[in-house]
Amino acid sequence: MRRRDFIYLTGLGAGAMALPNLSAFGREIDAQQALEYVDPKIKKALADAGLNAAKSAGASYADVRIGRYLNQFVITRENRVLNVANTESYGVGIRVIANGCWGFAATNEVTKEGIAKTAQRAVAVAKANAKLGSAPVQLAPQKGYGEVSWKTPIEKNAFEVPIKEKVDLLLGANGAAMAGGANFVNSNIFAVNEQKYFASTDGSYIDQDIHRIFPSFTVTKIDSAKGSFETRGALSSPVGMGYEYLIPKASETVQGITPRYKQRYDMLEDIKFATKQAGEKIASKSVDPGKYDLVLDPSHLWLTIHESVGHPTELDRVLGYEANYAGTSFLTLDKWKSGNFKFGSDKVNVVGDKLQPGSLGAVGYDDEGVATKKWDIIKDGVLVNYQATRDQAHIIGLKESQGCSYAQSWQDVQFQRMPNVSLQPGKTPLSVDDMIKNVEKGIYIIGNGSFSIDQQRYNFQFGGQLFYEITNGKITGMLNDVAYQANTREFWNSCSAVCDERDYRLGGSFNDGKGQPSQSSAVSHGSSTTRFNGVNVINTKRKIG
Amino acid sequence: MAIYTKEQAQALLKKVLSYSKADECEVSLGGSEGGNVRYALNAVSTAGDISSVGLAVTSVYGKKAGSATINEFDDAALERVVRRSEELAQLAPENPEYMPMLGQSEFKEAITYNANTAAMTPESRAEMVGKSLAVTKAANLNAAGFLENSTGFNAVMNSKGLFAYNKSSDVTFSVTTRDEAGTVSGYAARGFTDVNKLDTAAATRVATMKANASKGARAIEPGKYTVILEPVAATYMLENMFRFDARSAEEGRSFLSKKGGGTRLGEQLMDPKVTIYSDPFNADLPGSTWGGEGLPREKTMWIDKGVVKNLSYSRYWAQKKGVTPVPGPTNIIMEGGDATLEDLIKSTERGILVSRLWYIRMVDPQSLLLTGLTRDGTFYIENGKIKFPVKNFRFNESPVIMLNNLEALGKQERSISVESYRSYLIPPMKIRDFTFSSLSDAV
Repeated sequence: MRRRDFIYLTGLGAGAMALPNLSAFGREIDAQQALEYVDPKIKKALADAGLNAAKSAGASYADVRIGRYLNQFVITRENRVLNVANTESYGVGIRVIANGCWGFAATNEVTKEGIAKTAQRAVAVAKANAKLGSAPVQLAPQKGYGEVSWKTPIEKNAFEVPIKEKVDLLLGANGAAMAGGANFVNSNIFAVNEQKYFASTDGSYIDQDIHRIFPSFTVTKIDSAKGSFETRGALSSPVGMGYEYLIPKASETVQGITPRYKQRYDMLEDIKFATKQAGEKIASKSVDPGKYDLVLDPSHLWLTIHESVGHPTELDRVLGYEANYAGTSFLTLDKWKSGNFKFGSDKVNVVGDKLQPGSLGAVGYDDEGVATKKWDIIKDGVLVNYQATRDQAHIIGLKESQGCSYAQSWQDVQFQRMPNVSLQPGKTPLSVDDMIKNVEKGIYIIGNGSFSIDQQRYNFQFGGQLFYEITNGKITGMLNDVAYQANTREFWNSCSAVCDERDYRLGGSFNDGKGQPSQSSAVSHGSSTTRFNGVNVINTKRKIG
Repeated sequence: MAIYTKEQAQALLKKVLSYSKADECEVSLGGSEGGNVRYALNAVSTAGDISSVGLAVTSVYGKKAGSATINEFDDAALERVVRRSEELAQLAPENPEYMPMLGQSEFKEAITYNANTAAMTPESRAEMVGKSLAVTKAANLNAAGFLENSTGFNAVMNSKGLFAYNKSSDVTFSVTTRDEAGTVSGYAARGFTDVNKLDTAAATRVATMKANASKGARAIEPGKYTVILEPVAATYMLENMFRFDARSAEEGRSFLSKKGGGTRLGEQLMDPKVTIYSDPFNADLPGSTWGGEGLPREKTMWIDKGVVKNLSYSRYWAQKKGVTPVPGPTNIIMEGGDATLEDLIKSTERGILVSRLWYIRMVDPQSLLLTGLTRDGTFYIENGKIKFPVKNFRFNESPVIMLNNLEALGKQERSISVESYRSYLIPPMKIRDFTFSSLSDAV
C-alpha cells in the first residue's frame, strides 16, 4: 500500500472548522504511523522496569499497562468532507498495592527511567492514601499466564483501508440521501485500535490488539411550512470488527418492515430507507397515550438492556462507589443473597459475556490480566450474579474475578466496567411475524432514541427511531411522538415472549460513561425481538408557543 | 512545564511560525495542570495528579488546510510538525467553507486566573476532602464525593499577525451523603475560580442536612406542580437550551427556527423576567475574552426580558448571510432577583422543592422537550413551609415552556451542571405547571 493512498485527505484543517474536539483522543498522526506496531519484546523490558521499581519501593502487587490508542475519524456532511483525523495516545499506567491500599500513576515518558519513576509515584500515592485508613485491598488469586497474546478476529483492518474508500462510501451515502429528498445529512466512520500490553507481578505478560468500528449517519427532513423537522439515524451498530462490517452481505440483512443488520452493514441501503422514513415520520399519526404491548427490535432493546440490566448489576454501584455520580443500584446484596429475587419473567435469561465474537466488549484478558469468560446474571428471571473485578470477587463469594476491569486509556486507572450483557434468545421457535400476529394493541419499535433512567435504575423512559402501530395482529401504520415509561422490575416481569436465535443481533454503545473523572467504555448487548405486555406509552409532542 | 506565561508562549509561537512556508499558518499552544480526589464509603478511592501541554499547527494553501499536533518542543520537532501540517494541507481537498485567517486584533486581559487555585497540591486537596469526611462521619452518614482543580492556558498566533493568550483556573467539588441502609440521600455541589471561597465542610453540611431531612419520603401523585428549582437543578435543565446558533435556526432544525422559514430573533419567546447573557468580565464566572475563530468576546445579550436578542454567527455563516459574526457564549449568566431560596419557599402555597436533577435527555429537539428525574432531596411545600420529603419524580418538560411559566426568581449563584461539569450563574426559580409524569422509588 502506498503511503499516499493512506494519507489522501488526512488532517483536513481541524483548526479551521467547527468540529468535535479531537484532542481528547490524543495527538494527530498520519495514517501510516497507525500501522506501525511496537515489538512486545520492547514492551516486556519496559514493563519489567516498572514492576521491579514498584516492588523495590514496597509494593506487594503491581501491574503495568503500556497502551497505544489509535483513533480514526472520517466526518462528512452533504457533499463535503468536514474532517479526517488520525490520533494516537501512547503511554504507561501503573497500579500498585502498598500498605494494603491502591495507588496509581501514569506517564507518557515510555522509557525504563520514566516508567520506574512513575512506579515509585504510584507507590507513594498508595502509601499516602493508606494513612487515611480503610479495609486493606483483598485481591482474588490470579495465576500468571506467562507471555500470551490476543487479537480481535478481524478480516480487514480499518486503518489499512485507504481514506478515499471511506470518504467515497460516506459521500455516496450522503448523495443517496440528498437525491431522496433529505434536507441535511451527516455521516461518519469512527475506527478504534487499542494496542494494550499488560504485565503484573503475578507473572503475566499479555499483548492484545483490539479493533472496533462505528459507522453512523443522521438524515434530516424539514417541513418549513409546518415549521417541523424529523431525523432518522442509522440502524448500524458499533461492533468489535474490522472494515469487513461495512462490506454488505445479503445473508446478514434481516428483512422486514425495514432492513436491519447483523454482522455486516449496508449503509447505502439503510440511508435510502432512512430518507424515506424521515419524511414519513413528519406525516405520521401522533400516538394516543395508554397501555400497549411492545414488540422491541434488538436495534432498540439493546439500550434498554444496557440501562436497566447492565448498570444495576455492576457491583461497584451496588456497593456505593458511584453514589456521587451515576448512582447506586436497586439490586442490593440482600436481593442476590436471597437466591429468589424475581428480576423478570421466566423468559428472561441474561448473561455477562466477554468472549462473544463481533462484540465491543470482547477481549482475551481484562485490564487486570484476567482471562475473560461468560456467566449467568439473570437465570429464568432470578438474579444470580453481578459483574466483578479482582478486588470485589470475595464480596460475592467468588474464587476468581469475572474479568470486568477496564480503563479508557493508559492514563486512567482501571475499574469495574460492564461486560457485554445480553438477553438470551427464546428456547422455542418464534419468528417476528408470528410474535406480531398475536398482538392486539401494540407498538413495534426499531432503533434507539432518547433514554433516561433514575440513579438506582428503577424508573425509565425510552424513545426510538421508528414506531409502527400493531392492531389485531397487523402493522397498520407509522406512529410518532412515542416514549414508554416503566419500572425496571415490572417491565422485565412483563416480558411474555422472546424470538428464537435466528433473530439474535447485537446493538451497542461506543461511549458508556462512568466514574469521576468520567471514563468511557464500549459494550455490546444482544437480543432477539422481544415482547413486553401492557407497558405505559406517553405522547411527547409539545408546543413552545 | 505545563503553564506558559504570555511572553513564553509568544516566543515559542513566533519560532514555530518562522518555519512556515504555507499561504497561511496558525499555531496554538495549550497546557493544563491539576488533580483530583475521589472518595466513597467515607474513604478515598482514587486520586490523580495530571499535567500536560501540546501544540497544534494548521497550514493552509488556498482553501486547503491541514493540521498536525506535537508535544515535543525542541527546534527539530517544531519544524517537523510544521512540515507535516503543510504536507497534509497539500493533500487535502478544498474546504468550501474555509475563511481566511484574521489579522491582529486587540483582546482585553481576562480575569480567569487565580493564584490560590493554581497553587493547590495533593496535600491541600486531601485536607479539603478530610474536612468533608469529618462532617459525614460525625453525622453517621457515608460520603461519596469528588474534588477537582485545574489551571490551564491557551495561546494562538497566526501568520496574519493575530496573537491571543488566556490563562484560567477553576475548582469544583461535589458530595453525596447517604446512610448505611441507603434510605436517605443529600447532595451539594460548588464551583469557584478562587479556591479560598470553597468551604467543603459547609457544603457537606448542606448535603448532610438534606439527607437527614429526606428520611421517610412519601409518594405523592405525579402531575403538574409549582416547583422551586435550586440553582443546581435549574442549571442542568437550562444548559440544554444554551445553543443560540443562527445556522441551525436558519436551516430550520432548531427550537429557534420560525414556522415558514427564518429565525425567532426579536420574538418574545419567554417570560419578561428572563434575561440571559454572556460576560467574560463577570467576577464570579469569568470567561475567555477571545473565541475559537479569533474574534474578541464582549458582553453579549442572548435573551433580554424574554426576547431573543442575539444569535451566534460563525464567520462563514455571517458572511453568507451578510451580517456581523457573533462568537458563541463564553459563559452563561441568568439574571435573578433579591429573594433567597427561603423567600421563594415562604411565598409558595403548594409546591415541590427540587435539589438536583438527573439523567436529562432530549426527547424532542424541536420543542426542546427533556426528560429526567429529581434526586437527592425532593420536598413537599405547603403554606410556605417544607412539610415532608417526597419520593422522586420523572419529569417531561421543555426549558422554553418552563421559562414561560416563571413565577419568581431568587438571587443568582454559581452552580455546576451535574453532567457537563460546566459552571453557570443561575438563580433559584419558581415555576408553575411543571410536568412530573411518573414516580421513582430510587433514593
